Amino acid sequence: MTAHYDRARVAHDLRSPHAAPVIASSMQRSLEHKRAAQAHVAWAALRAQAHALKKDAIEHLDSLLSEFERNFIARGGTVVWARTAAEAAERFIRICADGGADSVVKGKSMLSEELELNDRLAAAGIAAVETDLGEYIVQLAGQRPTHVIAPAAHLSRQDVGRIFERELNMPYCDDPRTLSLAARAKLRSRYLKAGVGMTGVNFAIAETGTLVVVENEGNGGLSASAPPIHIAIMGIEKVIRRVADLDVFLPLLARAGTGQKITTYTHHFLGPEPGKQQYCIIVDAGRTNLLADPVLRESLYCIRCGACMNVCPVYRRAGGGAYGWVYPGPIGAVITGTMLDTPEASDLPYASTLCGACKEECPVAIDLPRQLLHLRASAVESGASGGGLERGAIRRFTAAMSDTKSYARAVSFLRAALAIGGALPIRVGAMGRWMRARALPKPARQSFREWWAQRP
Amino acid sequence: MQAERGVMADERAYRRGEPVALFVPCFVDIFAPKAAIATVELLERLGVSVSYPQQQTCCGQPAHSAGFRPQACALAERFARTFAAYEWIITMSGSCAAMARAGFAESGASDSAVAIGARVFDLASFLTDALGVTDVGARFPHAVTYHEGCHARRILESGDAPLRLLRAVRDITLVELPAAEECCGFGGGFSVEFDRISASMGEAKCANALSTGAQYLVSGDPSCLLHLDGLVRKSGAPLATLHLAQVLAAT
Repeated sequence: MTAHYDRARVAHDLRSPHAAPVIASSMQRSLEHKRAAQAHVAWAALRAQAHALKKDAIEHLDSLLSEFERNFIARGGTVVWARTAAEAAERFIRICADGGADSVVKGKSMLSEELELNDRLAAAGIAAVETDLGEYIVQLAGQRPTHVIAPAAHLSRQDVGRIFERELNMPYCDDPRTLSLAARAKLRSRYLKAGVGMTGVNFAIAETGTLVVVENEGNGGLSASAPPIHIAIMGIEKVIRRVADLDVFLPLLARAGTGQKITTYTHHFLGPEPGKQQYCIIVDAGRTNLLADPVLRESLYCIRCGACMNVCPVYRRAGGGAYGWVYPGPIGAVITGTMLDTPEASDLPYASTLCGACKEECPVAIDLPRQLLHLRASAVESGASGGGLERGAIRRFTAAMSDTKSYARAVSFLRAALAIGGALPIRVGAMGRWMRARALPKPARQSFREWWAQRP
Repeated sequence: MQAERGVMADERAYRRGEPVALFVPCFVDIFAPKAAIATVELLERLGVSVSYPQQQTCCGQPAHSAGFRPQACALAERFARTFAAYEWIITMSGSCAAMARAGFAESGASDSAVAIGARVFDLASFLTDALGVTDVGARFPHAVTYHEGCHARRILESGDAPLRLLRAVRDITLVELPAAEECCGFGGGFSVEFDRISASMGEAKCANALSTGAQYLVSGDPSCLLHLDGLVRKSGAPLATLHLAQVLAAT
């Protein structure tokens, strides 16, 4: 599992404000759209309701998943359970093989990235094509999505023009309409040839056994309905109790994600059409690790809208590729290490000032800063991470603060260190990193304590 | 305005003569004593006499945010012992007030320490809410823009308390800071661990402050100011940082 997570690379990338300027401005635009859209509804009330509904669903995951399974089967569908990403991909490939499919059209799904489905399908001799425009661009470029709802957020239209020129043998052009029509022309025939269509799942409704998928391009609907076999893949946390809960989730997800009042398409998949097959692969892949932790459990409420990354000042600068796995931004920093069950990702929760903007924007009110702090404490406790700063530095600091005598010694030491450090030609350690862009703080000649002591 | 105040949901009014303790965070003691001195002068001018418990050191936030909970907890307990005798504890750091109000509980401190932490007020909230003043009799004939620290904004939810105080200052020109809700990038250990990202965030904050034409970038959070001041001094930008207390103490 850990092979996919490169700690050293993440440590470097997350420290580099190398993200294209296009990211910060498009994230800001998304955020402004979101805020404009949420002004028209009782946002705080919807958000509290969504949190309560998700809490209920996650607390009753076992019974709701069973209820969903029963009802999905009653509609003529087939449920497949997968404990790991590899197992899910194997089962997917087996369904393709049994159905004689040599190509797959794919609607947008982040879970598919967890499964590394495209690579695994290719290894099995099955050609997969992404049909969501952003995913298609990223696939053509041989890259990975850098944002949960805007996979090509890191690319400008000029970048896309060059990718299409190179990969689709068309003359260079950076007109979005021309480019999207070119993609459409390429994709149309693929829908008709594909033996299997894949979609993700936004909401799996327990009481009806139906799957709800929201999208804006129509590609999800085509992927599900054109081929003879539809395979929906979902994480266990996607199940909700009732159809009526959509009254809360649909307006919330559209507004939080793209600033729309409602997405262009909301599909309710009601079971296979006559003569066709519908599968639902329900995947754990580390989600039960989150479920088992009383603090991190709340991260399973996430509806993958991307608002926390849109607003995150670190994401905006480091970019989505810097987080090392599938999910970037604050939610990625929270779930990656636990889902992959690796101490390698224990540095991720430190990539935050704990400013709380993510919590404020989250449409299901996940307390992301609390989870980041919880993970930092776990990392320190287990020895998986040094606590952001050197372990020794924090120990020395807390020891110095434990009484006024050691405090006074620390103040003298700091005064000397800053006087010397500021004059030294070489810059090392924390002081050196501070000084790369900043002047050193100047200790006052007289501390407040000293001022107070000699006050008349 | 006062509908939802999160951890500052404290309706108490300060009665004249009640003892008040000043908490001067460790880095303010050493690097920004003027902010603490201004706080003393301002409170005394308003008829509030303050004590300074000599045993105080640090609220434990650096340890807490780095994930060192037992160490943070020990400092929280120490803080509680130092300030146990006081119903009113005032600090000139929004972030340290948030540590006392929310972080003590998160670090696993005892109920009594948590209860004492809940008596900590940031200066602006104390003035507007407990003391009930907005015009503190200050005069500051300069152009000022205000940066609200994230913990004051999102944990204390101190709302527009600092802005109301600044608006009442005579001869001040208060200019709105663009993108005010964005973090300045300090974040404690983050500022050195992720120094380039931190500096980039701080530079954006300074650029926004400069775009207002203000001479002073003022904040109720001296930790943000430590970082922003370092950027301003290194770049030589025509901007000075100043603590809110220093503006409110000026006459």
